[in-house]
Amino acid sequence: MTETSEFPLRPLPALTKDTEAFWTGGKDGQLLIEQCDRCAYYIHPPTGFCPQCESRDTHFQPVSGKGRLLSFSINHRKWMPELPERYVLGIVTLAEQEEVRLVCNVVNCDPDAVEFDMPVKVLFEEQDGCWVPLFEPDGDAT
Amino acid sequence: MNRFPEKQTAITGIGMSEISRGASKSALGLTIDAALAAIEDAGLSRDDIDGMATWPGDRGDGTGMSDVGIPALQDALRLELGWYSNASETAGQFGALFNAIGAIAAGYCRHVLLFRTMYEASARKTGFVNALNKPGDRVFGPFQWFAPYHAYAPVFQQAPMFNLYAHRSGMTDEQRAWIAVTQRKNAGLNPNAVFRDPITVDDFLASPVLCTPARLLDCDVHIDGSTAIILSHVDAAKETAHPVTRIEAVGCSMRYRNSWVQLEPFDIQCQPKVAEDMFNRTDLTIDDVDMGQLYNGFSFHTINWLENLGVCERYGAKDFIDGGHNIALDGAFPINTDGGAMSAGRMHAYGQVHEAVTQLRGDAGARQVPNDPKVAVMTTAGGPLAGAFILVRD
Ligand SMILES: [Zn+2]
Repeated sequence: MTETSEFPLRPLPALTKDTEAFWTGGKDGQLLIEQCDRCAYYIHPPTGFCPQCESRDTHFQPVSGKGRLLSFSINHRKWMPELPERYVLGIVTLAEQEEVRLVCNVVNCDPDAVEFDMPVKVLFEEQDGCWVPLFEPDGDAT
Repeated sequence: MNRFPEKQTAITGIGMSEISRGASKSALGLTIDAALAAIEDAGLSRDDIDGMATWPGDRGDGTGMSDVGIPALQDALRLELGWYSNASETAGQFGALFNAIGAIAAGYCRHVLLFRTMYEASARKTGFVNALNKPGDRVFGPFQWFAPYHAYAPVFQQAPMFNLYAHRSGMTDEQRAWIAVTQRKNAGLNPNAVFRDPITVDDFLASPVLCTPARLLDCDVHIDGSTAIILSHVDAAKETAHPVTRIEAVGCSMRYRNSWVQLEPFDIQCQPKVAEDMFNRTDLTIDDVDMGQLYNGFSFHTINWLENLGVCERYGAKDFIDGGHNIALDGAFPINTDGGAMSAGRMHAYGQVHEAVTQLRGDAGARQVPNDPKVAVMTTAGGPLAGAFILVRD
């Protein structure tokens, strides 16, 4: 269980041939990021084209799911009645490649304890065929 | 011919409808008011208008964000056009103006009617509008990356940028308050502004936090209203009614990742390169600029632009705006002299153009910037949207 179980249903991304792997990797507990076969550059959002070496050969690579919180905002506003008053929108940079940034909610954590550059790790919440990556504090990180 | 064709164009007419928190007219009716006022202001007639441009065009969604496009206004006014274009995927709201410069330089037209109509005050009374997404949606496009995270409002989606800026710059809420306080003071001198009662730093600090660090008084205010601008070839401008206010330089580039998440730099937004490109097209420097009409959908946009234009140094805006003296009407760099989007109303960057022309003509009355200002810079917007231009009265 995550803290987000009290939330209303999430709006979801429309899955495409480019993005489906990213949004469904969580069913196997994996955060899948597109990677260039040739130069190993991580491509996000996924496009099937490596901007570093121009290769069209790519695959979806399971990554560690660890990263750091580049920035965040603590919500204080009831945008709609079903929403809890306090929750956190975060921007995570991936451990494998800093310029890969993922939007997330930071969960399993008191919003007021969230800090810049905080180590975080991924977890998933399934809804309607979509495994939404969320992040929580990474207690193992040094 | 000068290699920078924007210098061949000038803003010859400005018009604005009534700006309100709930209009008696339709969005189209307000647009016609603004358009006719701008045409008359230029000393032109409908027959002279041979181009039209707007941003972003009719969205057909009834949210009030952009309910009037070129087809509706062209037909209402029965204009005969050599060129027209809306522009939504471009350098922010001024992309329509940048395209119109190209059309005039190419000889497609001589007098372009530009307009921007907002009907959000009325739309918000009747529906859940202006949200990036809603529960149950399947979200396409750039905001799909925010879709699952209950980030419904633009202010929340952009708040991580603002929070990182506040963290890295050390700007306090007390310092940031001076953007809102100063603009409200200016609005008090603008009879068309929707919020005119003065506010204090304490009022700002009492304003509710929406999402850290943004408060309600960091946000622009939704209105019903329309702004229209006539952009003309400079040769034709000399025959119009007012002193010529000429486009001196534009910044319309995109030398960065166009993404609300992946943009770099993240905290100061995608403005520095655009500002640099603009100044590369003119001999003027920021020291020559007499005022800024800077985008302020949120106060952080304005703060970012102050630094990214070089008005003050990186992370130096906190000291520059503190106390409000530097950015006041009689300060070193007056900004948003009509009250800006946060107090005059969210005309979505086109109010800024209307105000700059008014100031450069010396027609701003009680809020006139002193010492005969001749150069104004205008900027828009936030995140990966960035465009800027300089207007000069020769
Ligand atoms: Zn590669």
